[in-house]
Amino acid sequence: MNVLVALPVLLPLLAAALSLVFGRFPGVQRAIGVVVLSGVVVDAAFVLAESDRHGPLVLQLGGYAPPYGITLIADRLSALLLLVSAVVTLAVLVFSIGQRITDYGRETTSTAFHPMYLVLCAGVSLAYVTGDLFTLFVAFEIMLSASYVLITRRTTAPRIRAGMTYVIVSLMSSLLFITMIALVYAATGTVNLADLADKVALLSPGVRTSLGLFVVVVFGIKAALVPLHFWLPDSYPTAPAPVTAVFAGLLTKVGVYALIRTQTLVFPHSSTSGASTFLLVVSILTMIVGALGAIAQNDLNRLMSFLLVSHIGYMIFGLALFNVVGLTGVILYVVHHITVQAALFLVGGLITRHTGTVSLRAMSGVAKAYPLIAVLFAVPALSLAGIPPLSGFVAKITLLRAGAETATPVAYVVTAGAVLTSLLTLYAVTRIWVGAFWGEVRAPLPDPDPTDEVTVGTGSTSRGMIGATAVLVVAGVAIALFAGPLSELSGRAAADLLDSAPYRTAVLGAR
Amino acid sequence: MTINLTMAVLMACLYSAGFYLIMQRSLMRVLLGIVILGHGANLFLQVAGGPPGDPAFIGFGVLTSMVDPLPQAMALTAIVITFALTTFLLALAYRSWVLLGDDEVRDDLEDRRVRDSEEDADLAPEEEASR
Repeated sequence: MNVLVALPVLLPLLAAALSLVFGRFPGVQRAIGVVVLSGVVVDAAFVLAESDRHGPLVLQLGGYAPPYGITLIADRLSALLLLVSAVVTLAVLVFSIGQRITDYGRETTSTAFHPMYLVLCAGVSLAYVTGDLFTLFVAFEIMLSASYVLITRRTTAPRIRAGMTYVIVSLMSSLLFITMIALVYAATGTVNLADLADKVALLSPGVRTSLGLFVVVVFGIKAALVPLHFWLPDSYPTAPAPVTAVFAGLLTKVGVYALIRTQTLVFPHSSTSGASTFLLVVSILTMIVGALGAIAQNDLNRLMSFLLVSHIGYMIFGLALFNVVGLTGVILYVVHHITVQAALFLVGGLITRHTGTVSLRAMSGVAKAYPLIAVLFAVPALSLAGIPPLSGFVAKITLLRAGAETATPVAYVVTAGAVLTSLLTLYAVTRIWVGAFWGEVRAPLPDPDPTDEVTVGTGSTSRGMIGATAVLVVAGVAIALFAGPLSELSGRAAADLLDSAPYRTAVLGAR
Repeated sequence: MTINLTMAVLMACLYSAGFYLIMQRSLMRVLLGIVILGHGANLFLQVAGGPPGDPAFIGFGVLTSMVDPLPQAMALTAIVITFALTTFLLALAYRSWVLLGDDEVRDDLEDRRVRDSEEDADLAPEEEASR
């Protein structure tokens, strides 16, 4: 039964190998990808139901006694994120298959895409279910190595520049991660998260705080917290739409997940402590700087990348408050943001195909020519800005309530900042709306560089692309429709995070 | 636990040299910086395991004088990963040299465009797209 926890990692990895073998048969590659990721969705749904009913599912790999071996564990938070990520990766895969079939003959098929995409999915899943710090590092590396290939595939001059930035920054943060593991091991002699929770509590406050800060820096680079965010808006927009969508939806969120897990389990603090204030300041900076950056942009994808940075701030806000309502808000926000942000980048890809440009000033008239795309954009965009009754509103109102209930001066300021960021987000998405959707219908601009996959002004979209985007948009609406049960589930997951005793017992056994 | 002073000084040198090189403009230096930083980090993992001792094989010396094998296993994994990624980075640097003709890290065009957008806010769309 507990072996189900390992399947979201194992299946995509094995499928990636199989996909490489069938490199010459694109049809088989597509079938493998879709079948395996659908299997992961089913498995993740089962793991979520099971962990919600009977507590965390634990798998000690190789039968080694904890804390010496590798532990895989899926509690409610891990299982929920596993399910949402699986749905998003499947939808994005269908989108990219649709795009590939449409572009048949445009010399865009490549044998590397499918295997690397599956490896990326395996890395993301492993990061969610791992129970120790070193396996978390390995999971990040699996995910990042696949993303390096995806972002630098079919290199043009601007892409190699952006890819270089991305690879070097990620590699440096990985080396800092190794340093952090070495420091933690030197201080405690273990890397198992549940065991660390016991042993870090015994350290002197100074050592504990510096380790905690180191963890925030390492995962802060991955999650693109201000002021560690500079790499993100430079590198993400150069990749083709499906790749950017899955990066924006998942990669930064894995960083946020790692922050949530380590901060709640290993370095717990109270909502009035210095650590909480520090995280609150980081969160308001991230929200405001990201939103202001978005307003200054003219490139559609860069604008959305800055919005992505801005909304990471909301998740850190809830984490900093460190109470059940705040963490419930964070979990709701992560679930909402993964779907909505991925949907927005996919719609961005659709817009670019019809206009042939990413420059907001150069495009116009999409609403008149393609009303369906306008609807597909409007729903997630309004949701991102937090307009009721969409999913963003549900998540934001929980966070704002948590901020108001905490009732410290800093929390009030950050709550006000969160409201302001919502308005700025609305302004930023309105700029896209005015630029891209209003105005006269214009013919797609001629493709300046046929090898470049970002500005593909073919003017054609397939049912697969529209369908996949629509599924994500509907999933975003479904989050709002089922807000009641989802909030309750998030509440239970948040309570698990604050009281880590069941997690520790599940991994280490009763003592 | 006690730390070997030589190792600590060596690690400090590797880390500072690595970070210094990463902040350079030339890609080759950045790459060397990553390699040196990687060595520093892997050495750190080793040192975190405690002072040197007997190899950790059962029936191969006294249990009390054995070293902790876990950091060694982790360091091995980390070495493999950094090695693979260094190779990938080398390939990228070569590609960059082929495409751009030098190994300078370029400024981001879009950044410059946003900075200059005060001046060209009135540009006609066609002109904008052709840039």
